Amino acid sequence: MIKINNISKSYHKTEALKNISLKVNRGELFGLIGPDGAGKTTLMRILTTLLLPNSGEAIMDKLDIVKDFKKIRHIVGYMPGRFSLYQDLTVEENLQFFATVFGTTVKENYELIRDIYYQIEPFKTRRAGKLSGGMKQKLALSCALIHKPKILILDEPTTGVDAVSRKEFWEMLKKLQKKDITILVSTPYMDEAILCDRVALMQNGEILDVDSPSKITKKFPRKIIQVRSENMFQLINDLRQYTKAESVFAFGQYAHFTGINDDVEPSELDLYLQKLGHKKVFVEKITPGIEDVFMELMKTS
Amino acid sequence: MTQLLAFIKKEFYHISRDPRTMLILFGIPIAQLLIFGTVIKSEINDIHIAIYDQSKDETTQQITNKILSSGYFILEENLNNLDEIDAIFKKGKVREVIVFENDFGKKLVKEGTAKMQLIADASDPNTARLAISYTKGIVNDYIVKTNPNLKMPLEIRPEVRMYYNENMKSAYMFVPGTMALILMLISTMMTSISITREKELGTMEVLLVSPLKPVQIIVGKVIPYLFLSIINAFVIILIGRFVFEVPITGSFILLMLETILFILMALCLGILISTVAKNQMVAMFISMIGLMLPTIIISGFIFPIENMPIVLQWFSNIMPARWYIVILRGIMLKGIGITFIWKETLILLGMTFFFIALSIKKFKVRLE
Repeated sequence: MIKINNISKSYHKTEALKNISLKVNRGELFGLIGPDGAGKTTLMRILTTLLLPNSGEAIMDKLDIVKDFKKIRHIVGYMPGRFSLYQDLTVEENLQFFATVFGTTVKENYELIRDIYYQIEPFKTRRAGKLSGGMKQKLALSCALIHKPKILILDEPTTGVDAVSRKEFWEMLKKLQKKDITILVSTPYMDEAILCDRVALMQNGEILDVDSPSKITKKFPRKIIQVRSENMFQLINDLRQYTKAESVFAFGQYAHFTGINDDVEPSELDLYLQKLGHKKVFVEKITPGIEDVFMELMKTS
Repeated sequence: MTQLLAFIKKEFYHISRDPRTMLILFGIPIAQLLIFGTVIKSEINDIHIAIYDQSKDETTQQITNKILSSGYFILEENLNNLDEIDAIFKKGKVREVIVFENDFGKKLVKEGTAKMQLIADASDPNTARLAISYTKGIVNDYIVKTNPNLKMPLEIRPEVRMYYNENMKSAYMFVPGTMALILMLISTMMTSISITREKELGTMEVLLVSPLKPVQIIVGKVIPYLFLSIINAFVIILIGRFVFEVPITGSFILLMLETILFILMALCLGILISTVAKNQMVAMFISMIGLMLPTIIISGFIFPIENMPIVLQWFSNIMPARWYIVILRGIMLKGIGITFIWKETLILLGMTFFFIALSIKKFKVRLE
């Protein structure tokens, strides 16, 4: 459905995308995972015909993103990273405006957005600027869907949205996928990555790996020990000082420890930390998550 | 077409829901007109003067009375010696001092000539010149009337008639000028800001990834503001007519049609600015600084174009307001028809098409 061949893009001297190639299948829920500045937004803007690549080509549903940009604008639904609806228009007015602009009516495609829109319908006379973060995203998604696009491109749709709304949002994407809409979504959150069919890990304008989330984690051969103690900052510093430490990263309330080899045992770390005076030390071996893979890939790239 | 209508409807929502826009659109023009109306003046009123009368006879008394009863001057002080003149000017309130020599009345009758001195504070040359010439006029008038047989330098008086503005009312000058200035500023600023705002808020990104054509976006932006600016122009004409008593001697319909043309030109210029400006600040800066000063200075609004250096004269040709002011003065004051102003109309029409064509060409269908 989406075919990207050797696309490069630079702003002045900064290379935002370096020779990127990617394929997204029809009906897939595809995730672009990576930190800020990885090039996710640039790639999405190129696909939505908002930017021209410096080199390379991309095909969206058999249409060339440069030559056929007008046609692509009919079949793509796009939700930019920033909330980009009219804040001074009400929920209903926004939806109607975008429906009309795309040459359709709210009624005609109501079926498609019903599950999403019914949650914000009670507030339809409220100005969009006065909605909560979660409701804004639902409205933006409704507006991006109102013309029944073949391809839906969402740029960090859940940034700044509460945990419950995030979960609901992803459930909606799963439902939309069943309605034969190909979805390309970017996110900086690793926990959302596992909800995608396949993901591309991006870093500094390059794609590190493309695969299903489960396969990606299986590729990670290393043993991970997660550690917790009362003083997180000191804990990370001390772990990094440990002679057998290769990498230590903070993940929420835990630190993930990778040793120079896989012989490092949890009990060994426990003892080491106790000696240094850490309290409430908790050590446990875990299966690596997608974050660990990402950290490892970033290190080697 | 339905797309365009939806776009126009959306614009009206924006305008009606933003108090700032409403204020710029309707508050500023009225305030500006009233401010210009009271500030720019080529006539004088209530000039404070002092008189040093060394003669104190009947003639000087009569002349003084005549000057004070003219309505232009207010007597601040009677002076008693020459040194006081300097002092009183330094205080700043008095703009003119009239000095009569000793035995003014007697000398006038006996020798046929008497001397009076008019001293003006020329730190404001305009007022000084006007005050002097008004005083001269009054004195001459008095002497000629009371001594019809006398021949003396003072009585030489040029016969002046001010066509179309007999009383040299400055309102006749500034109402057309201010109208051009306001319509120009408001129209360009409103459209350029409203488009750059969409860029700034990111909504332009969504509009671009829609099947909307550049023409639809541009026309959709122009129509609501055209409508509002016409109302604006109407209000300005009303204020000019009823507050400043500027007549409309020509056809009102022609006046409105020319005004619509001028507004349309300014709106398209605003769109052109928005294709260049990245954000609202830049758009506002270009419309305010880039347009306001030239419009005030070299469009013939205040300073006559014929007196400018040749380069500026040439430059004033590309100021749309220049042509519109000629049209306005023609219709409002001279009462002339289209046969006399077709050239100016054609120039405005040409500028409008030029700006539309260039905006559509320069309108970016992509980001950056």
